[in-house]
Amino acid sequence: MDWGWIVRNLDEIGQRTLEHVLLTVIAIVIGFAISFVLALLIRRMSWLEGPIIGVSGVLYAIPSLALFAFLVPFTGIQNPLTAEIALVSYTILILLRNILAGLASVPREVIEAADGMGYTPSQRLWKVELPVALPVIVAGLRIATVTIIGLVTVTALIGLGGLGYLIVDIGYRRFFLTATLVGSVGAVLLAVIADRGFVLLQGVLTPWARRRTEG
Amino acid sequence: MQDTSGAVVAFEHVTKRYGGQDAAPAVDDLSLVVPAGEVCVLVGPSGCGKTTSMKMVNRLIEPTSGRILIGDDDVMRLPAVELRRRIGYVIQQVGLFPHLTIGDNVAVVPKLLRWKGPRIRERVEELLELVGLEPAQYRDRYPNELSGGERQRVGVARALAADPPVMLMDEPFGAVDPIRRDGLQNEFLRLQKRVRKTIIFVTHDVDEAIKMGDRIAILQRGGILAQYDTPAAILANPASEFVERFVGADRGLKRLSLGRVHDLDLIEAVLVRAGEQRAEVRVRLDRAEELTYALLVDERHRPLGWIDQGDLRGDGPIDPSAATPGAPTVEMETTLRDALSALLGSSVQLGVVVDERGGVMGLVSVDAIGERLQSPVRAADGQLHEVGEAASAS
Repeated sequence: MDWGWIVRNLDEIGQRTLEHVLLTVIAIVIGFAISFVLALLIRRMSWLEGPIIGVSGVLYAIPSLALFAFLVPFTGIQNPLTAEIALVSYTILILLRNILAGLASVPREVIEAADGMGYTPSQRLWKVELPVALPVIVAGLRIATVTIIGLVTVTALIGLGGLGYLIVDIGYRRFFLTATLVGSVGAVLLAVIADRGFVLLQGVLTPWARRRTEG
Repeated sequence: MQDTSGAVVAFEHVTKRYGGQDAAPAVDDLSLVVPAGEVCVLVGPSGCGKTTSMKMVNRLIEPTSGRILIGDDDVMRLPAVELRRRIGYVIQQVGLFPHLTIGDNVAVVPKLLRWKGPRIRERVEELLELVGLEPAQYRDRYPNELSGGERQRVGVARALAADPPVMLMDEPFGAVDPIRRDGLQNEFLRLQKRVRKTIIFVTHDVDEAIKMGDRIAILQRGGILAQYDTPAAILANPASEFVERFVGADRGLKRLSLGRVHDLDLIEAVLVRAGEQRAEVRVRLDRAEELTYALLVDERHRPLGWIDQGDLRGDGPIDPSAATPGAPTVEMETTLRDALSALLGSSVQLGVVVDERGGVMGLVSVDAIGERLQSPVRAADGQLHEVGEAASAS
């Protein structure tokens, strides 16, 4: 373990960590936006559920390496767009499934009560169904984020990678174990922080769901 | 109906078919009028269209033909969302919003109607008190921290929030255990005495219908109205064999639940105190033709036991230790069904009616309760009907 290297390269490590976080956040934000729109579409036209889930399942199943190989000829190496197309396509299955499961978890009598009291359909969606679905939706965001933090390291293969750059370009290619360790531990720490962060967020956003387990 | 905030609800030839014109109707040409401020119970076996009929009032289901009027308004001519905000809605599973506090749940319709904040807070406070939930204790809790009975009370408060003239209640006490159900029913009846809403109440339970309804609409399979009348009139004169079977063979006993001891003419008791002369009591007991027993009471008029003619033979003062204890006591508010049950359990078959301090007011007999069953019954149309043969046979 070369502690001197770590101290000398703190700037680089910080830079790569920031890149890692950025690649993750962009993927989750875009992935969530797309999943949300798809979920609303499926709510209106339930026959779309099969095809949309099917396509997002296929995207999820494509090995990331293969996806880069397909994309690089079109979008180029070292292009964040190449990385994000791949990353976003992995989030959709997880996020979409959880949004749909969340909406499906809203009790029938809650929906009937909302209709009976005179909510318009959009009031019902925004003020009743989505808030009640929130715990399941946040759980989806938590899984997707942790998954993407792991996947970002692979984008090192196209010259990006955040902490993955330390693992692949310095650690693996130059047989420098310290860099591999710093990159791996950093990625794991990010994942743990994100995971705990979502648990905290869950508690703040949905105090009513938390008290259920206490009471 | 004086002093009501309710509105008349009228069904006019309402039919509902699911599917095309050839489909069998779920509700078939239903016409009935619920007077303002009264509770109308829709009751019948499953598949009789009772819930469908109720849900057509706030248009959760829309009729195929016919009209439903609230006051002078045809419900189909009002925007559905606006209509529903003017109608209270209570369902069996309550359907409180789990993500909102109790206070915010009650405030839902006032908020939809864009009431001002202070007015909403005031109203929430008032309603929680009305349904017996201490506002300071309950307002900021979440539904999953409450018991089933408490949640149902919040459901009623929520339905009353915007002071709607009409309330729809779909088996509101169906998910509560039988002991607490009785309490919630009584509480609701007391509440209704104060708010006087027009209420359409759906249940499959005849006993609940008899207890809760000012009027009962009995529906049979295919959405056909079998009878619409007061509980007393239905029990005394079932309109058809279906109704007779549906209300049950113990119809006579059920009619007894409708009456109270204060509906009877009390028999004047021959009261005696320790130390009175036997000869004098004999004379008084002979004068009271109906009675063969005198009632021994203490200095505060509370019953101690029966004195029979054997105890009165000879001369001298009455011996208190000779009295037969165990006279059943009933109150003016006791239902005739409970009174009869108490009387049949005692050897003398006379009940002592006492006031709230336990003092004797008079006597009731099994015969008097029996006669009450034979008396004519006032139907919803105001006419008096003799009790039908079927009723006296049962």
